[in-house]
Amino acid sequence: MVDYIDSKLTVTMKGIVKRFPGVVANDGVDFEARAGEVHALLGENGAGKSTLSNVLTGLYRPDEGTISLNDEVVHFDSPREALERGIGMVHQHFRLVNSFTVAENIILGEQSKNIMMDTSAAIERISALATQYSIAVDPNARIWQLSVGEQQRVEILKALYHGAKILILDEPTAVLTPQEADALFVVLRSMVAEGRTVIFISHKLDEVMAVADRITVLRAGKTVSTIECATTTTRDLARLMVGRDVVFDRVVRTNQAEPDNIVLQLSNIDANDDRGRQALTSIFLTVGKSEIVAIAGVAGNGQRELAEVIGGMRNATRGTVAVNNEVIPNGRVRKSMSAGVSHVPEDRLHTGLVADHSVEDNLILKSYRRAPISKFSILRRNVIRDQATDVIEKYDVKTPGTTTPVRLLSGGNVQKILLAREFNSSPSVMVISSPTRGLDVGAIENVRKRLVEAADSGVGVLLISEDLEEIFALADRILVMYEGTIVGNIAAHDATRESIGLLMGGIAIHQENN
Amino acid sequence: MQSPLRLERRLTQPKWLNWGVPLLSLLGALILGAVVLMATGKNPISVYMRILERGFASTDAFSRTLISATPYAFTGLAASVAFRMGLINIGGEGQLYLGTIGAAFAGIAFADQPTPIIIAAMIICGMLFGGFWASIVGVLKAKFSTNEIITSLMLNYIAAILLDYLIFNSKSYWRDPKSFGFPTGKRLVEGAYWYDMSFGPITVPFGFLVAIIAAGIVWFLYNRTRFGYEVSVIASSPSAARYAGIRTRWKIITVMSLSGALAGLGGASDVGDFRHVLDSKGVQIAGYGYTGIVVAALARLNPISAIFVAVFLGGLSNAGYALQGPDFPSGLVGTLQGLILFTAVAGEILTRYRIKRQTHVAEGASS
Repeated sequence: MVDYIDSKLTVTMKGIVKRFPGVVANDGVDFEARAGEVHALLGENGAGKSTLSNVLTGLYRPDEGTISLNDEVVHFDSPREALERGIGMVHQHFRLVNSFTVAENIILGEQSKNIMMDTSAAIERISALATQYSIAVDPNARIWQLSVGEQQRVEILKALYHGAKILILDEPTAVLTPQEADALFVVLRSMVAEGRTVIFISHKLDEVMAVADRITVLRAGKTVSTIECATTTTRDLARLMVGRDVVFDRVVRTNQAEPDNIVLQLSNIDANDDRGRQALTSIFLTVGKSEIVAIAGVAGNGQRELAEVIGGMRNATRGTVAVNNEVIPNGRVRKSMSAGVSHVPEDRLHTGLVADHSVEDNLILKSYRRAPISKFSILRRNVIRDQATDVIEKYDVKTPGTTTPVRLLSGGNVQKILLAREFNSSPSVMVISSPTRGLDVGAIENVRKRLVEAADSGVGVLLISEDLEEIFALADRILVMYEGTIVGNIAAHDATRESIGLLMGGIAIHQENN
Repeated sequence: MQSPLRLERRLTQPKWLNWGVPLLSLLGALILGAVVLMATGKNPISVYMRILERGFASTDAFSRTLISATPYAFTGLAASVAFRMGLINIGGEGQLYLGTIGAAFAGIAFADQPTPIIIAAMIICGMLFGGFWASIVGVLKAKFSTNEIITSLMLNYIAAILLDYLIFNSKSYWRDPKSFGFPTGKRLVEGAYWYDMSFGPITVPFGFLVAIIAAGIVWFLYNRTRFGYEVSVIASSPSAARYAGIRTRWKIITVMSLSGALAGLGGASDVGDFRHVLDSKGVQIAGYGYTGIVVAALARLNPISAIFVAVFLGGLSNAGYALQGPDFPSGLVGTLQGLILFTAVAGEILTRYRIKRQTHVAEGASS
């Protein structure tokens, strides 16, 4: 049985609003994808791309707005209902059962009256689909035997098998090698040639330009514009994606950066991610006394691994980290700490702090081994309480008391506690990831002020952020990370949003008209 | 399709829940037990009154209750210590067996020493043997991430077979060479018997006092020391522990060993206080280790509460022995214990969630 397209589907989303507690993820998004096109959804992290696709596939219900298929308004209560109407999705994290075969995974969830599972008919159909779209996959292979790229093909086959006419792919190339990505693009083109629709979610400019027919750019939950790929350039896209209407003020520094007085030096660092794939390749960087060096880049390009290597939470597979010109042992948290590294992780509540623990217990997370907090292995509760009372007053933390669990505090107060603890450890170097993500304006102001104070007092700050506005407001120097390497090193006053945006999207500046 | 009631996560846990929930659980168990009793044609009130009378109401009964409570206190402490770090050690049973082997060894080997020295040796050997047995589980988990529930459970069976082997199937150091027919262990000399302490009309086994001291030490360790702080960080957030440079693997081994040592101490007390011999069958029938899990759950992992819960469950068992007969089924006490655990675990949900009447909320907002 050969799959064929019996009808062409155009999907239209109008005025989609989706709110979550404290955030408006989609704020009146308009979007339309026609049959026979690859339509890219482009935007920074947090722009609302994933929320929009989850609304389209029935995982979320929109608070406002309508979805229509060929002018008929539809409501989906679940991804299954969406799939029945021909909308399928390939998630970034695959939903496959590792110990099952490819065929078993594909027919999983199929309604069947038979108790016995008959895979032979399914295997035939899968093979036919695979041949049709030149997707090389053995239906009898088990998932754990397949590479990530092959698993993705299984997900695509699964959607096709269940009759998807509109296929949404969420950051499909994030897990692929460049060669696998090229092969994927060929498959996608052959699908649209058949009259199907591909919605391609990405933040990488070059691949969007390579594969898409039209591009819709989202920013801060709103549609910025929908453009034909042929009429635009990566430069325009970068500008649309990061926005240009935000005015940013440089903060005033009382102490100038001393980039030659190096406090942190990484030489030739390689490291793997949690799955053992190489995440960092040959990183060289330095941070000077009182210098704020920003690492710009889209999340997932090695920033977390970089911070963890410096903080001693992750082993470098090559290279050295030196603090104040002394090489620190590889992957030893306590050694990094005592060398003067303070690491403020992105996940404040579950890594930087213990959510269920009280304010006072969280403030001693790094100092509990030493006097005056403990003596002869015994914690000195009154000292701990006094310290907490001081911090609450000095940093103006809004909390009912020192024994309140930190998970009950607002994001801004949580970050105050974390920063207070780190500043109190008198570090030489601070590695701080997305310090203002999720905070409100007042809290952002406060955190930035504290960071600048730290730098003024001599601390070298490595600021890892996706927020360009923040980077331009704070940094003395900007490094851009892309796929585990540093692709740019620019003094802040020479940088433009456009140049940084292009580098973040993987476009080297010299390729453009420089 | 939707029920009018729904569970909502509590933001804070009010203090009254600490005693309110166990009490309500107990009440629930008694009501469920009453249903079982009525179904078998018994008057629940009179049965409960008799349990109260024979378990707690007289000084004699209470002294016997403390004897039953002592091993529960140790295994309850052992389970609490591991559970507090999220290690599900259900091997208290086997660790206690090893404790009896260690203590019996010390009792036989040091027979000609003065009593305090024998007791100290029995305590140390019991703890070492039990701790060693549990450390196997800890090392496997720390090094190879094996599931501690399975390994600790399996080691219970191995420990039981080891006990049988020492008494029935070998001419071991523990077996009495003079025993004919039915093999038994070597009896300890009277100098190796642990003290009976008298407080007025009530007799308290020495082991029970040791359990109280152990509970105090565990409480201090977990609430006032660096060690306890690290354990609580690991239990609440493994990633924060890694971030703070806490050596989780090492702690897994230490906490498992500590848990096993406490169970082993229970084994030492069992030999020194009561049996005065390595009694392979007797200790296996008792099932102290498994009851320890019930104790820890009811005590909500608080070492001090564990002592009180042990006394309560000890009273139930004691009443069970005393009342066994044609009109009092021997399985009843076990049934009641099971019901209590069941309601306690159900009640645990209420400490983390509260029941709310469904008011109409925007859908999808509860992610």
